Amino acid sequence: MNLTLKIWRQAGPDAKGELVTYQVQDISPDMSFLEMLDVLNERLNDEGREPIAFDSDCREGICGMCGLMISGEAHGPEKATTCQLHMRTFTDGDVITVEPWRADPFPVVRDLVVDRGAFDRIIQAGGFISVNTGAAPEAHSSLVPMEHAMRAFQAAECIGCGACVAACPNASAMLFLGAKVTHLGELPQGQPERWGRVVAMLNQHDLEGFGGCQNLGECSYACPKGIPQDVISTLNHDLRKAMAKGR
Amino acid sequence: MAGTGLLFALFVLAHMYGNLKLLVSEQAYNTYAEHLRTFGVPMLPNSGLLWILRAVLIVALIVHVYAAVTLWARASGARSVRYAVKKAVAQSASSKTMRWGGVFILVFLVWHLLEFTIVKIDVSGKGATGNNPYRLVVDSFQTPWLTLIYVLAMLALYMHLAHGVFSAQQTLGWTSSARTYRQAQIIGHVVAGIVVLGFLIPPLAILVGLVK
Ligand code: HEM
Ligand code: FES
Repeated sequence: MNLTLKIWRQAGPDAKGELVTYQVQDISPDMSFLEMLDVLNERLNDEGREPIAFDSDCREGICGMCGLMISGEAHGPEKATTCQLHMRTFTDGDVITVEPWRADPFPVVRDLVVDRGAFDRIIQAGGFISVNTGAAPEAHSSLVPMEHAMRAFQAAECIGCGACVAACPNASAMLFLGAKVTHLGELPQGQPERWGRVVAMLNQHDLEGFGGCQNLGECSYACPKGIPQDVISTLNHDLRKAMAKGR
Repeated sequence: MAGTGLLFALFVLAHMYGNLKLLVSEQAYNTYAEHLRTFGVPMLPNSGLLWILRAVLIVALIVHVYAAVTLWARASGARSVRYAVKKAVAQSASSKTMRWGGVFILVFLVWHLLEFTIVKIDVSGKGATGNNPYRLVVDSFQTPWLTLIYVLAMLALYMHLAHGVFSAQQTLGWTSSARTYRQAQIIGHVVAGIVVLGFLIPPLAILVGLVK
């Protein structure tokens, strides 16, 4: 396949960036999107030009590092992470625009790399449970109804990639918050800190400068793990309860 | 946003019901308008209840618009560098137009209140006054351009309510399962449909001459 790529190049956090056009030839449809970028980078290296900076780690869809905005869709047109997106999704001759996540709380570090530290600070604010370390307790000592376990597992699939923020017209991180609040709030271990958690995480979310939610649904559509909209309702439910409790 | 929005939804339902009295008779409609003013008398002064309702609606409107403006401002502050290419893949026509649609409804509301409440504009030029609300409304809606304005406004109201009524349920945390989420979306369209159909019946009935 031969493709035209328009890729965002930006030398550093404060540098002015621009879209630069590259042609790539003989791309195998079996390559992943990141492998296609690797091929381009090898060529740029050989030509003595600066390769394109982009993030990746596991390349198997579980670490959440590789988020790219591909022709206006977070992680591209498939329900998968960028590393799991294959070139067969595209057609020969396509023009593909590649941009970093755009949200002020995710500042661009270089080219396509953004700093998602804001998510870490939201987790530090309340996305955890406090337990004693040591020998694992007997699993059957706290029973979890099946429906709660299933919903917690579904929400726990969130890998914190930031596609929800990237896709949201308001740059809101409510799906991320909702996933964490639901994941922990559905389980017995999450109960002691439940009402403080939602308030602390939401305050941190707003402090970081993310936008508010209009329930538009772009986030769930973009989410490579298919986290559904109803986790945002759980977030709102817990917030309402927490406020009623004076949090 | 959700609380005031649902209050408006209740208001338009009640208002729509009142308008349907036009279909019954001139007397039924005018009596209804009269009752709005005498309700609660002598416990309340004349028009007392009406003014309480008006005060609640005005406060709700200010809160609703303030919240919308804040949300809008936060969104532009959260993405100061825009995408060169951005697709909208999951939004509906309703949800995409909440902001400009809301502004349009607000402009319509100003016109509507000038027309029927504050100035009681006699658009038809037949000399109807506020003393006979029925004549004022019927004469006005015999003017096709006015009906067109109302049809467009009702289209905007349908879109605003369909997403708004759904979104309010989600904001209140009532939709924490796939099933209740889907139901909330349906409820949004049903409420919007009832309100808008109900509102449109009297003007259209007047236009085609069923109500004179
Ligand atoms: C086809 C649609 C509509 C018609 C025919 C209609 C008709 C009227 C009439 C005749 C009045 C005056 C009632 C009286 O004097 O007692 C009125 C008042 C009012 N309408 Fe509408 N209306 C429509 C839609 C709407 C919509 C969509 C809204 C708001 C979103 C709205 C908000 C109001 C308000 C706030 C008042 C003033 C109530 C008061 O304080 O007296 N109306 N309408
Ligand atoms: S590189 Fe880990 S999810 Fe894509």
